Order: sequence, then structure tokens, then C-alpha cells
Amino acid sequence: MEQASEKGLLAVRLMVNGASREARIRPGETLLEMLRNRLGLKGTKCGCEIGECGACTVVMDGVAVNSCMVLAAQAEGARVTTVEGLARDGRLHPLQEAFLELGAVQCGFCTPGMLMSALALLEIRPRPTRDEVARAIAGNLCRCTGYQMVVDSIMKAAEVMNA
Amino acid sequence: MAAFDIVGKGVPRTDARAKATGSATYTDDIKLPGMLHGRLLRSPVAHARILNIDTSRAKALPGVKSVITGADIPPVRYGNWRLFPNLQDEYALARDKVRFIGDEVAAVAAVDRDTAEEALGLISVEYEELPAVFDVDAAMRRGAPLVHDEVEGNVSLDRKIRYGDVESAFKEADYVRKDTFTVQAVSHAYLEPCSSVAQCDQDGRITLWTSTQVPYIVQCLLASTLKMRENDIRVIKPTVGGGFGGKMELRPWEFCAAFMARSTGKPVKFTLTRREELATGRRRHPMKLISKVGFKKDGTLLAKDLKILLDGGAYNAMGPTATFLCGNFGAMLYRYPAYRFLGLHVYTNKPPASAMRGFGAPQSLFASETQMNLAAEELGIDPIDLRLKNAQVPGDEIPDVATISSCGFRECLENVAVMSDWKKKRKSKKKGYGVGIGCYSFISGGVFNWFNTQYAFSTAEVRAFADGTVHLLTMASDIGQGSDTVLKQILAEELGLAMQDIRLTTADTAMTPQADLGTWGSRVTLMAGNAVIDAARQIKEQLFGAVSARFNLNVIYDLECKGGRVQAVGKPERGVSFGEAVAMVQKTNRGKALVVRGSYTPRRKGLVTPAFSFGAQVAEVQVDQRTGLVDVKNMWTAHDCGTVINSKSVEGQLEGSLHMGLGYALSEQLVMDGGVTVNDTFLDYKIPTALDMPHGVSACVPTYEPEGPMGAKEAGEGMVSPTAPAIADAVHRATGYRCMDLPITPEKILSGMKNKG
Repeated sequence: MEQASEKGLLAVRLMVNGASREARIRPGETLLEMLRNRLGLKGTKCGCEIGECGACTVVMDGVAVNSCMVLAAQAEGARVTTVEGLARDGRLHPLQEAFLELGAVQCGFCTPGMLMSALALLEIRPRPTRDEVARAIAGNLCRCTGYQMVVDSIMKAAEVMNA
Repeated sequence: MAAFDIVGKGVPRTDARAKATGSATYTDDIKLPGMLHGRLLRSPVAHARILNIDTSRAKALPGVKSVITGADIPPVRYGNWRLFPNLQDEYALARDKVRFIGDEVAAVAAVDRDTAEEALGLISVEYEELPAVFDVDAAMRRGAPLVHDEVEGNVSLDRKIRYGDVESAFKEADYVRKDTFTVQAVSHAYLEPCSSVAQCDQDGRITLWTSTQVPYIVQCLLASTLKMRENDIRVIKPTVGGGFGGKMELRPWEFCAAFMARSTGKPVKFTLTRREELATGRRRHPMKLISKVGFKKDGTLLAKDLKILLDGGAYNAMGPTATFLCGNFGAMLYRYPAYRFLGLHVYTNKPPASAMRGFGAPQSLFASETQMNLAAEELGIDPIDLRLKNAQVPGDEIPDVATISSCGFRECLENVAVMSDWKKKRKSKKKGYGVGIGCYSFISGGVFNWFNTQYAFSTAEVRAFADGTVHLLTMASDIGQGSDTVLKQILAEELGLAMQDIRLTTADTAMTPQADLGTWGSRVTLMAGNAVIDAARQIKEQLFGAVSARFNLNVIYDLECKGGRVQAVGKPERGVSFGEAVAMVQKTNRGKALVVRGSYTPRRKGLVTPAFSFGAQVAEVQVDQRTGLVDVKNMWTAHDCGTVINSKSVEGQLEGSLHMGLGYALSEQLVMDGGVTVNDTFLDYKIPTALDMPHGVSACVPTYEPEGPMGAKEAGEGMVSPTAPAIADAVHRATGYRCMDLPITPEKILSGMKNKG
């Protein structure tokens, strides 16, 4: 994934976590590779590279996407939020608070992607049902938690954000 | 029972913040200056002799820094079963033969991953294909091709357990049945693919960061395969994204990263792809289980004769342990006056099976629990009543193998019956509806020293400081299960400190005390927990001495560490803060740091484990009569894990077990076509999603395990076992189809229903 050669690189400009960023990428490079290797945002995880596990989920222009399935070049001009963009001024996002408090984090490898899918859901459905939450994270595989505490946490965060 | 301040609470995990903000460092997140990227060339054939390997074109590709094959590395065989060197059957890269599709043949290190990948395509290997064997029956047939030339009949290991007079017990029995069960291979499917980074320093010493459950085992086996000294290898376990038994051996990419870092002078990283993980990775053993049981008319168990053939794949890996354990689990839960077990570990030309959550229990208990349900039906006894009649109780012995100390199995059965409203639901005649039961027992770590370590099984160092803090150092490895938090809780409880008073360093073989056998078999809470308590008590001894002298306390006074103070029990004014007490000890010792080491090794605990846990589970299903699709509505679980150290973690482990047990029962199977793993993506290998999970309710049966830290024992690994037999039993009630070969697929249900009528 990481490339040593600098020849034939393209420039991409986008907003990442509220800041304007520019990266030089290979034409075939994915958004995931660019985030991790060019922009140093290692919080986004790589679990399968073919859009099946959800570990690399980020929010792009308001929509949760598998960043391994998006070409970096397609993100030109886009607004991208990664797990690093959730906490503000050292204060955790209500989703993160709830994940910590209710035990939604075990090995943690799926956690960033789960948080991003939840973030995109709460943008459009501020008061989701448990079923809607389960549907929203159905593309995020988790092998540790059995999903119950993840769903609990997202419901709790919604409650806090609506209060 | 003692009242606790921190133990038993749902204390938030200490690593959760880093993980939820993206700042936790997993191995693949590590990037070192000048780092090279490695890829492995794997065998495309299941069984072949290697005639020739030509790496010249790969070496000539610009950007390629190193290409190695089996001929370039020391001819040292390795494997976790160091106690019996003849069971160590792997080379990091194939030498003479390849034995499965995916067997590692060569490695490339290059300036980037694409270049390394391209170079793999330029290596030409000449194979002479050999006949292959793909299941245990074919492998054991007379004249079958040999996977390892020196192992006749392809049986690498057998294990026998025998007690009581099995033959006469069967003669006495009113009811005898014999059944054959088969279970499939499944993947650990941890979310973090294996990754390793190695760096070689100026003195030629190696540091390896690796996604492992067993840093000490990797250190030792890496030393032997590289022909270096153990202390010249430093293994560090960064944050690990799940293991479930799949990361508990030295693996070829760990060796290749270290070897190539040494030969190139540059750091080298290997990270596997998901396809490699699923197509070639370790897996849970497929097994064929033949079980004969005998009962009296009233349901009293008299005897069991169990034979299990383990399909081990091409190498032993952790198969020998699974062979031991599945025989042990066959004798658990119920009192068998006579028991005979024969386990055979069989080589086949498939990716090796190894340890996976449950370690022989999910297979063995699917057979024995299903057989209990079959027997209950024919004897006309309710399956819970039949279990209660034969349930193991505290003090029961399995001759030469184990003695059961704490045991809440009967209470689990009684509780789960009440929780699920069993009697009423079991009678329901609703179409496609059923409830069923399955139970488990599991170990709290192993006793048998197969790795032949010369160290204690677990060790903990505690350093106490005059500022009121302590530093805990241990090689115990948190791979996501939460042991870092649990060990801190145990230490905080014992020393009367708060969680934030404890600094923790773990799983670094150069910095944490030798040694710890790692994370497997649910050993960490009990073994590392006991080592932490041993260390804490040594600290307390010294603090108590200093405080006793300072207040001129009568020797009959008892002292305690509580609320950040060291004081006389009942007379808190005769005491000082923890930090002051530490300073007093240091003064007494003329400046010597207050540092102690505690350890734990199970002794006089038989051959299997120091402690067993128990549980019972009821499944409620609705089966679609037209499609055969199973909808698991509810799961009720009652379990006995001794003292709960962290309630949130125990709950999380149980829910995770339910997920994995559900997949094992209904949707997960590595489908093999000869030696090819057909479904090597998550699209085709179906682990349950958030939409597939049933509603689960669980209850803890309180017991106190005398051998465990503060009474604790295993939680959450054994629980993966009862789910498949419970669902299978419920599906039988719902449809008349009795599953004897996992997984329970719609096709099998529909054809089972058709045959029924």
C-alpha cells in the first residue's frame, strides 16, 4: 500500500476533518491509502481492501463510505470526516463517550468504522430505532462484541445529542 | 465473601479511549524510516515436491531488496509443542515439499508493496505434483499418500483417556446409542489481518512488533529458527485487533520480517491480505466424532466411548492440544463412571487447523450435547432433567485428569430453565417453533507444559513509588479481551489504590518480566491475575512492616491497604498514605527501590486446568417452513465464571461468544474443493452482522473459585460451545430435522423435513 516512487503523482485537494489538505497520489490509489499513508490518519483501519468489512468507513460528503472502495482522486473537493475528526478540543464526541461508557470497544479494530457509520446515520436520523441502527452498521463487521453494546451506545449517543 | 471496591464493577476499559479516537497503534500503523514491504509467495498446489526455484528475475526487478527461499534460511523446524520436538514440523519457508495450497515458499522485501507483489510473479517454481489427501478417511486409508514422509498413516499424535470398566458398563446399560457427528472448519475472522514489523539494531539484535497473542513463544521460536539467543530478540505486542487463537504461534511472516531486516539492514513489514487470511489461515479443526453412550432406564449415565478424528491440515500447529482437550471435554459436564477416549490428529493437504476459541470444546460439546438431547428424547425424559440427574458437582474427579473445585452447573441448569420459561415453551406445538438446550464447561488456562517453558507460567512485577503510584509490568497480552483493565483492577483492589494510580507496561519481552505463556485457553485472568496478587501481597508485607513499626502496633493488629492508605484495620488514624508508606520502606532499606516480582504456576492441578467454568443455554427459534431459514429469536444463558472481576467485560465476552457460536451453528464454513478454500472473502464467508443477532439475556451464577484471583475463573470462551447444540435442538423441535453435521443450513433443514414426511 505504501509507495516509495514519487514519479507520476497527481495532486488532490480536499477537506479532511474541517481542514484543507492536499496530497500527491498515484492514479490508482484509494482514499484509504491516501488517508493512512499520505495524510498520516492511521485511525482508519484496513480489514479487507475490498469493501466487505467496513473497518475503513469514513464519512464523505455526509455519506458513510468504505474508503477502500473510493479512489483518492474521486475525493477531490470532498468533505471527509475520519475518526480523528470526532473529538473537538480534547472533548470526545457523544458517540465516543457512549462507546467508552457502555463497553462497545473490545479489540477496537472495527471501532473507527462503526463510529463513522453511526455518525452518518445520526446526521439523517437523529432519533433512530434499534433496528435502524443495526441496519446502519450491518456493513461493519465486528468479531468481538456481538454488536449489542455497539447498538446500545449509538442509541445512547442519539439520546444525548437530542437532549 | 469479601466486599470489593473495584473488582466486580463495570470499570471502563483503560484502552477504549485510544481505540475510539483512532490513536491506538496496531502493528500495521507502524511506519519506520526506510522500511521495506514484504510479501509471501504461496504454493498453488496442495502437495508437491519442489524441484527448483528461480528467483533471479525477481531479484533483478528495480526496488526489490531481498528474495529468500527455504534454501536461504537455517534448516530449523519449529512448532509450539517444544516438549516433544518430533511434533515440531514446520519450516518458515518450504524446503523439500509443499503440503497445502498457501504453504509459504518464498518471500520478497521491496521498497513498496506493489513492487513486492510484482516480484512474486517473477519467481518461478518447478513443482512435481504428488497425490494428496483431503479428509481424515482418505488420509488414514492404507497406502494413502504421506503428508510428512516420516509420519506413517498420517496420524501425527494420539491421545487416550480411560477410566472405569467401559465394557461391563455398556453390558449393564438399559439403553445404548452410538452416533457419528461431523463439524466444519471455520475461521477466526479477527478484524485485524496479521502484521509484523522487524528492525535490526547496530549490534545485530532484533526487535519485532507483531500482532500476536504469545510474545514469549514468538521470541523463543524466533531465536531458535534464526539461530540467535533469546535475549537478542525483543518481541513487542502493539494493540492487537483480535486473535481468538489464530495468533498464537510463530508464523512465517514474523520469521521473514526478522530474517530480512537482519540481512538488508532495513526495517521490514509484512501485512497479510484478508484473502490470505481466509484462504490459507489457521482455522478451527473439522472433526469426525463417533460417540457411544450407555444409560440406565431412569437416565443415569453409565459409560461413554468416544473416538475423535481431527482433520489437522498439513502441520500440527496447536492440533495436539486440541486433541488432548476435546477428549477432556467429552468427559465434562456429566458424571461418567466409565469413560474411554481415543483422539487421533490426522494430517491432510489443507491449511492447518489450530487453536480457536473453545479449543476443542465447540466440536466435542456439539456431539455430546446433541447426543444428550437424542437420548433424552428416546428415554422420554426432559433434557434439562436428564442433565440435572447426571450433572457434575464440586469435588467430582476425572481420574488422572482433573478435579473439579467450584462448580455451579446444576444452578445454571435450574436458572436457565426459569429464565427461558422452559417447561412451557418446550411444550409448544406452534409450527416451525422450538426451544432447545446446550451446555458447556471450559478451562481457565492449561496445566500441561507443552511449550516446556523454564519460567513460571505467569509473572508480574510491581514497582511502588513514594508519590502514591505503582507500575505493573507483565508479559500478559491484551488482544482485545480486556486483560489490561482486569489486571489493573486486581492490583488496584489488592493495594487499595485507584485505577489511575497504576501505570501499566505489558507484552514486551525486553521490558516485562520473564515470562508469560500468552493469551489462550482463558488463562490470563486466573494465571496473570494470581501473579499480580502474589506481587501485591509482597508489597503489602513490606508496607505493613513499616507502618507497624511507625505506630508501634501490637503484633496482633491486622493491617490493610484501603482508599490510598496503609492502616490498622478498624483504626485508620494509625496509618499513613500509600506513598508515605512506600517512602518509609525505602528509608528503611537505605534508598532501595520497592520492587517485587510475583508469579503463578499451577501445581497439583492434574493435567488439564486449575479451574473449570460451567454454563447452560437455551435457544428459541422460528424456522420458515418454505425456505428453511432459521430465525433465532432469543438466547438465554446462565453461567458460572466464579467472581466477576469486570462485569462489563464479562457481558461483552458473552455477547461476542454468542456471535461466534451463532456463526458456527448457522452460517460459517470454510468450503473446501479438494485443497482449495473456495470462500475466501467476507462476501462468501458469512460471519453474523448486527442484523443477525438474537436477543440475548444472561445471568451469572455466583460461585467462588479457590484457585482463582479473588475467586475468578474463565468467562466467555467456553460460552461459544453451547450455542450450536442449543440451536440444533431447537431446530429439531421446530422441524423434525436433527442436525448431526454442522452447520445447520436451509438445504439440510428442507431435505431433512422432506425425509421426515
